[in-house]
Amino acid sequence: MARARSRGSRLWLGLAEHATGIVASLLFLAPIVWTVLSAFKPAGEARLPPLPPWPTTGFSVENYATLNTFGDGLWLPAQNSLYVSVMTVVFSVIVGVLAGYGFSRFRFPFKDALFIVILSTIMIPFQSILTPIFLVLTKIGLHNTLTGLVCVYVTLQLPFSIFMMRNAFDAVPREIEEAARMDGANNVTMLLKVMLPLVWPGIVTIALFAFLGAWNEFLAALVLMTDQSKFTLPIMMTALQSGRFGAIDWGAVQAGVTVMMVPCLILFLLLQRFYIRGLMAGAIK
Amino acid sequence: MTTIIATTSAPARRRKLVGAGRRQWIGLLYVAPAVALVTVFFIIPLGMTAWMSLHNWPLMGAHSFIGLDNYWAILRDNRFWNALRFTGYYTVIVTIAIFAVAFPLALFIERPRQLTGFYRTSFFMPAVVGFASASLLWSWLLNVDSGLFSPAAFELGLTEKKVNLLATFQPAFWSIIAMVVWKVAGFTMIILMTGLQSIPPDLQEAAMIDGAGPFARFRAITLPLMRRTLALALILSVAGSVLAFDQFYIILRGGPRNQTLTAVYWIFNQSFVSFKLGYGAALSMILLVILVALSLVQLWLLRKPEGVD
Repeated sequence: MARARSRGSRLWLGLAEHATGIVASLLFLAPIVWTVLSAFKPAGEARLPPLPPWPTTGFSVENYATLNTFGDGLWLPAQNSLYVSVMTVVFSVIVGVLAGYGFSRFRFPFKDALFIVILSTIMIPFQSILTPIFLVLTKIGLHNTLTGLVCVYVTLQLPFSIFMMRNAFDAVPREIEEAARMDGANNVTMLLKVMLPLVWPGIVTIALFAFLGAWNEFLAALVLMTDQSKFTLPIMMTALQSGRFGAIDWGAVQAGVTVMMVPCLILFLLLQRFYIRGLMAGAIK
Repeated sequence: MTTIIATTSAPARRRKLVGAGRRQWIGLLYVAPAVALVTVFFIIPLGMTAWMSLHNWPLMGAHSFIGLDNYWAILRDNRFWNALRFTGYYTVIVTIAIFAVAFPLALFIERPRQLTGFYRTSFFMPAVVGFASASLLWSWLLNVDSGLFSPAAFELGLTEKKVNLLATFQPAFWSIIAMVVWKVAGFTMIILMTGLQSIPPDLQEAAMIDGAGPFARFRAITLPLMRRTLALALILSVAGSVLAFDQFYIILRGGPRNQTLTAVYWIFNQSFVSFKLGYGAALSMILLVILVALSLVQLWLLRKPEGVD
């Protein structure tokens, strides 16, 4: 009897826990779902409060078409964002892998000092050095270029990239390298053929963080990209939302926010494991 | 290794050492791109910030050395101190709010049960969306005519007319807090979860057998053993909040009546709206000192407990 009741109360407890979990999950997911659904309303409906969130007068991509008529359209800033993010990934990986390998496997003068200096840049907020970065970019002719923005983003990612890659290389047993060296592998083949296949989880992690960091970054892009044709998505959408292109079209804002969010969400859902690994590495250190 | 060296002849040994030495120097080549980037886009700008802060430096035209005048001007700059005070206020409130939500969530997802993976992913989703996207999203939800909250409250009969949440300080401020908690709680939750998972389960069980209730266990075991994790989550939250900009710029434009200008926002205005680059640099130095001080506190809080590796 008592056993049955305790089983019954445990069942209720379990149900209550899941009810809490589901309500909380809905609260966190609701704003995202609300926007993605509302973006598919026809323009007339998108102006009204989103109750209910889904389109009631038929699905439409009108809002995306409207968004494309503002300023330089949707595609140019989307391309800019994609270009900056992909290049940030490519160069973060190249520079991070090289430096991680160098710091992990070689002894050279000032090695520890260089490592500490690079890692400690994380203590300095980049917000406080934006003006000189702007002047440096002007000086070297990268002012108002996407390349300049990529350089800044790669630098901001460096402490994390190098820390991750050094740990990844440190975890590779030296015997593997010695065996490969016996077989006549030089430094470059060693890195490309022997080491890379062993450290790829670290590479995926730094690539993911570099992409999300560059895709979502706002302040540096706002300050450094003054030419409208160089705007990334966050800058273009903020200009639109501030009424720079005339009356604010909230339907277009919903469409733009959807375009900005969906790549991050998809990448995260596909690569969740690597994302959490990156967080843990930072947290446990 | 020593035995191998000891058995090789002297010239061979020298050759081997030279070869090894050269191979080690190659390490510098590997780290050179990283060092170059950090030098050009971090160290030099950092030095320039300090240098510029001693100058009257307009965007166009010549700059002139004025010593510490920018810093004396900051002392009299009430609007900067207001911005700094507001930033501090925001930091305290938002950090408390984030922890109040993230800690229960961490305790909730730490215990394995059905659907835990789904819950964890759902809570974390807003954290991978950028601050700019989240701000744009919420600026729509908070809009008085086309948004969600005011019209919904009106339709439900909670308010007599549609209330513009962004028109006065209190509702505007708490709207931002709600948005930031929604966006950041999942991130803090994961950090706290790693701390919870590092507590040996037998410790909790032993305490339970000794008759300790859930609250006593939380206070005597969970909290002390999570000290470093708590410190890390705390510092990440504080540092992020002190540097807040995107949400106040995008949702509120510093309003209503400039009451939500943060420190970074004020520096942004001085440097890139008024183009007082020297003055902006001096303000940046103040911000930098605050953040470095926070980092030093972090290092102290994260120090390994004595006697434990």
